[in-house]
Amino acid sequence: MSFPWARQYQPTTEFGKFMDSRLPLPRFVYGALGAGYPTPKNLNYFYNFGVLAGVALVIQIITGVVLGMHYAADTRVAFDSVEHIMRDVNGGWMLRYMHAVGASFFFGVVYVHIFRGLYYGSYKPPREVLWMLGLVIFLLMMATAFMGYVLVWGQMSFWGAAVITGLFSALPIVGEAIQTWLLGGFSPDNATLNRFFSLHYLLPFVIFGVIILHVWALHIPGSNNPTGVDVKGPQDTVPFHPYYTAKDFFGLGVYLTIFAAVVFFIPNSLGEPDNYIPANPLSTPAHIVPEWYFWPFYAILRAFTVDFFFIPAKLMGVLAMFAAILLLFFLPWLDTSPVRSNAYRPLNRALFWVFLVVCLVLGVAGGKPAEEPWVRLSQIFTAYYFAHFLIITPLVSRFEKTLPLPSSISEAVLAKYGNGPSSSPGTGVGGAAPQPAE
Amino acid sequence: MASGTQLPVDDGHALPPEGERRRDFLHVASASVAAVGAGAVVWPLVNQMNPSADVLALASIDLDLSAIQPGQAIKTSWRGKPVFARHLTPAEIEAANKVDVASLRDPQSLADRTKPGNAQWLITLGVCTHLGCVPLGAGQGESRGDFGGYFCPCHGSHYDTAGRIRKGPAPLNLNVPDYVFKTPTSVTIG
Ligand code: HEM
Ligand code: FES
Repeated sequence: MSFPWARQYQPTTEFGKFMDSRLPLPRFVYGALGAGYPTPKNLNYFYNFGVLAGVALVIQIITGVVLGMHYAADTRVAFDSVEHIMRDVNGGWMLRYMHAVGASFFFGVVYVHIFRGLYYGSYKPPREVLWMLGLVIFLLMMATAFMGYVLVWGQMSFWGAAVITGLFSALPIVGEAIQTWLLGGFSPDNATLNRFFSLHYLLPFVIFGVIILHVWALHIPGSNNPTGVDVKGPQDTVPFHPYYTAKDFFGLGVYLTIFAAVVFFIPNSLGEPDNYIPANPLSTPAHIVPEWYFWPFYAILRAFTVDFFFIPAKLMGVLAMFAAILLLFFLPWLDTSPVRSNAYRPLNRALFWVFLVVCLVLGVAGGKPAEEPWVRLSQIFTAYYFAHFLIITPLVSRFEKTLPLPSSISEAVLAKYGNGPSSSPGTGVGGAAPQPAE
Repeated sequence: MASGTQLPVDDGHALPPEGERRRDFLHVASASVAAVGAGAVVWPLVNQMNPSADVLALASIDLDLSAIQPGQAIKTSWRGKPVFARHLTPAEIEAANKVDVASLRDPQSLADRTKPGNAQWLITLGVCTHLGCVPLGAGQGESRGDFGGYFCPCHGSHYDTAGRIRKGPAPLNLNVPDYVFKTPTSVTIG
């Protein structure tokens, strides 16, 4: 938010003044990412992941557009064109690995970003719309990644397309028609591949648009912070630039280092070897799995093996899988606790970690064949997943005894690191907190 | 304008006490025309995604069954989908007939799923009714599941020797396509 103490942009050059009264782009950047954007001064490294997600999207778009120059969306040659990229195109192997590994990293970053929001209560008022826009981005990412994976036209591509579009056939009456409509035929074929390429190209730009709304919604109340306490005055903030630009660039350096290590040394470690076999419509691989980032949802889909109150098992699984994500849209109203951050909610904090473990176990189970003990495990943890949102969270937020909140961010920071007259001498290394530059 | 000058009143603007104005009607009428127009534009955009004429035109296929030994099955392709043709052994037919039909998830007898006098020929789509994988069991040495028919490895659906769903998430029996016997050992599918 533009707090009243935000610094105002002053054009210094003639050109700056010229632009300022015509297209005030520098003023916009100054107020959004520059010294004119006061930001809570206690943001930790978990607050880097939003910027990292943005960079991950840019990497996908750049490598994707370049791959699109060599890729051919025709079932007869699609697989070969990807191999052509890998073997013949100059540096093609690197571009493809960046794109494939980049998708995994994108999801990894976004998952951290989402759990960060869950931990610090960033979905609570006044950030509900911000939270929901984030979920829209997440859904669009899933659609994009799914269709991108089909483009390779390997065995997993083909059968992934068959299974995922098959989800829609679970809907009563119109299901089959919808599946046929999505595929443009009775099974995944050329029509499917072509439309997926078209949409895979389009959706990242739609995501870009929603990100603009997401950041806009962020800049109205400003960032939440690890204490969850609102900004009260200038002592609680530092200007975004240079403080968080520096921190974000440092985090980006670390991220890109790890990314490069995976791209260059273990690019296939996150993928399925079966996708290096060309698609064969007459033979299903023994074990169909989506990419790892879909595993928790895949586990929920497969958890329903018997009919449930008149609803066929198949429809139940599909409904549960979509509900698992859609529930998150209602979280701001399921968690009614006025305290945002789990730092001051001991019980909810413990349950947060339980929930995280539940999601990880669902992830592991979703990547395994549909056999025991994985099916039973998925069933138990799916039940907990829904109970967490529908029962535990509403009850806890009503009855939990929260810890006393600090009266301001500044007070919390000083209490933790010690500074100024109120702290006893020799509170340790953190004692000499930097003074805001001026 | 607020200087006290009385502007002429347009009857179309004024809200008569008893309800609708002529202008309301015009609003509704023009909005309706616009909606129909928008629908007329959107429909082709939606419909273009349905199967095109060449996809729909995939002709019927002829299938020669004479080489399939009892206990064996073959896989072929029709409309881009796999088709299983299986020559049931007498034991398999008996196993299928022993089941209490009413107890099945999708109650059908073997006779419902084969042609009269040809109960040994089980012809079904090789598409799992769960999410569309190709079940195992038609090829040599493939797992036939707990009921000796077909087994879908994707999410663990077991089909019996009549291709009926017996265990796992699939809601329906393997689909039986339309076909007719041309000779005692050949059929036309589609
Ligand atoms: C949200 C951003 C994006 C995500 C999450 C994403 C994800 C993916 C994934 C998971 C694959 C399969 C990778 C593999 O196993 O090889 C893929 C392939 C592909 N993507 Fe993207 N993508 C994104 C943006 C784009 C864009 C903007 C384009 C522009 C045309 C593009 C073009 C391609 C092409 C041509 C392929 C097939 C070649 C290949 O497999 O490397 N992607 N994408
Ligand atoms: S597709 Fe066969 S069990 Fe799911």
